[in-house]
Amino acid sequence: MLDQFLQHCLNALMLGGTYALLGIGLTLIFGIMRVVNFTHGELYAFGAYMMYALVMRLGIDFFAALVLAMALGIVLGGAIELTLLRPLRSSDIDITMLVMIGAWIVLQNSEQLAWTGVAQSIANPFPAEPLVFGSLSVSWNRVFVLLVAMFLISATYFLVNGTKLGRAMRATFQDRETAALMGVRIERVHTATFALGSGLAAASGALLGPIFVVTPTMGDLAATKAFAIVILGGLGNVVGATVGGFILAFAEEIGVAYISSGYRDAMGFLLIILILLVRPTGLIAQKERIS
Amino acid sequence: MSTERILSIIAAVGLLLTAGPAPAQDAIKIGVSQPLTGAFAASGNYVAQGAKIAEDDINKAGGVLGRKIQLIVEDNKSNPTEAVATAEKLIQKDKVPVLMGAWSSTLTLAVMPKLVEYEVPMLVETSSSGKITTSGNPWIFRISPTSEMEAKAFAPLVKTLGIKKAELLGTNNDFGLGAMQEFEKMLKAAGVEIGAKETMDPKAVDFSAQLAKIKASGGDTLFVTTDVSQATLILKQAKEQQLKSRIITTGGSVSPDQLIAQAGEAANGSLHLVFFTPWFPDAVKNPDLATKFVKEWNARGHNVGGLTEGFRGYDGITTIVAAIKAAGTVEPKAIQKALWNVKVHGINGDIAFIKQGPAGQESAQNVPSVYLIKIDNGKVVKM
Repeated sequence: MLDQFLQHCLNALMLGGTYALLGIGLTLIFGIMRVVNFTHGELYAFGAYMMYALVMRLGIDFFAALVLAMALGIVLGGAIELTLLRPLRSSDIDITMLVMIGAWIVLQNSEQLAWTGVAQSIANPFPAEPLVFGSLSVSWNRVFVLLVAMFLISATYFLVNGTKLGRAMRATFQDRETAALMGVRIERVHTATFALGSGLAAASGALLGPIFVVTPTMGDLAATKAFAIVILGGLGNVVGATVGGFILAFAEEIGVAYISSGYRDAMGFLLIILILLVRPTGLIAQKERIS
Repeated sequence: MSTERILSIIAAVGLLLTAGPAPAQDAIKIGVSQPLTGAFAASGNYVAQGAKIAEDDINKAGGVLGRKIQLIVEDNKSNPTEAVATAEKLIQKDKVPVLMGAWSSTLTLAVMPKLVEYEVPMLVETSSSGKITTSGNPWIFRISPTSEMEAKAFAPLVKTLGIKKAELLGTNNDFGLGAMQEFEKMLKAAGVEIGAKETMDPKAVDFSAQLAKIKASGGDTLFVTTDVSQATLILKQAKEQQLKSRIITTGGSVSPDQLIAQAGEAANGSLHLVFFTPWFPDAVKNPDLATKFVKEWNARGHNVGGLTEGFRGYDGITTIVAAIKAAGTVEPKAIQKALWNVKVHGINGDIAFIKQGPAGQESAQNVPSVYLIKIDNGKVVKM
């Protein structure tokens, strides 16, 4: 009984790291930029496919491929921002949303065209035998993902809160005009933020691709969870997204263990409804100017 | 816009409308609704590829009723709403007299009311939910086995394998839940204790919670009902969690070749119910046909892992064409009537229909062959 409970906790810890990573990329774009980014899941799939192409087709080293996949995600994100979002800067939010839905469909279908719908898997350099503690076990690959996720989350936190670029980001999305008057190059900040958020999505895909399988529709589920995590944690809050990711993972694991696996995905959303009832701005809310 | 430009656009549109594929007015159209994109894209494309091989074979042999056949394949996007739209389009716009589809049970069930509305028969090539043939829809002709048939076929093996306590893990839709119910019934009747019964969202990729619970339940065998990508992940994650149970997949949609390629070592020791054994074509009822099909499949460069899905498309189309031939006309009602009496040598075995469902409005069900294979050291072996 206790063994089972501890195994569930260990699983939730591993899963939480991946959820948190999915959440922080989106919290930058959706939370800070207020762009309802429907391409987030596709950037995740893109990262996984790049990892597949680099490792399985080109034979590049696993760890070098991870860095490259993230860099390619940053480039693709930057390109989406420059070609789709920049011309729509002063348009209504619904127009931007429609364009992003279009981009999502185009990206997903291009993936299927390029790679077919057959699921692909990526070989990893970790031992096939799991890491065992008594009756508990966890794969080495998942431990690696958790560590990299923690590193990327801390780096993002530092970037947003401790660097000049981060300050420019926060200033730009709080008040564009004032930020521009203060000499912030707001167009560049928009592109940089979107590219960074996209790079983090691609990094999650590249990290999780080898654990799961790579399919053109893999981004849909990732995007759903990411939106849930961002809303749970409070928009634009890196710490909130991290905590939100872990809470969602624990809710799902414990829900399956002691209630029912049929409601696994409902469990997380039920929790979000409960938290939003008590704290409508998310778990860790930031003070914010409404206008 | 200048008049010249407008005229040139009109000319271009006119050209597009007239160009199209070679005049096929004379060909007999057969509608196919498969998931070519979305979650089941891989399987849907394999079925469509198998159907294409049948189309080419039949046309090479002179077609049927002195006419060629033409498949019109529509993508139902793995989505029930879209599946209904493809059926509407095929029946209303293309005027097809007969359909084949729609892969997953949920997709097939969504299309079924349309068959009654327009009075057009549909051959079901993959779906296994019992509901399809027991709900009283006389337009349904299913060649794939029901979950109940699979469970029955498996029953004698319970003793051979020495199963004492079993767990069930299925995808949370008509296919998974239906199979779990039938296998539970069969296992209980054989005196097997049932442990944990877990489900998962059809899109889920992490099953650690379900597997930890199954491990704690402590059975010797785990029955898994889902598609091949989830089965791949379940095998990998079961190994991560050191689950010692023997894993058996049902439904026939878990391509063993794909599992070997993608789950690697984790696939070793797992057992799979399949409806076609391309690894030993001699083991099937019509070995010549099976060997020919495998050869053509490989010649076309299709994925070897797709053979266990592709044969369904081939068998489906040959069955439909046999009915058109017997009917002597392309009227939907005549085809429906003729389907009841067809005897076809299929890749899976001999195809013929028996009655299922409420009297007076029975659906047709084939009694197909079911095989159990094992993955041993990265190779598929007979059981």
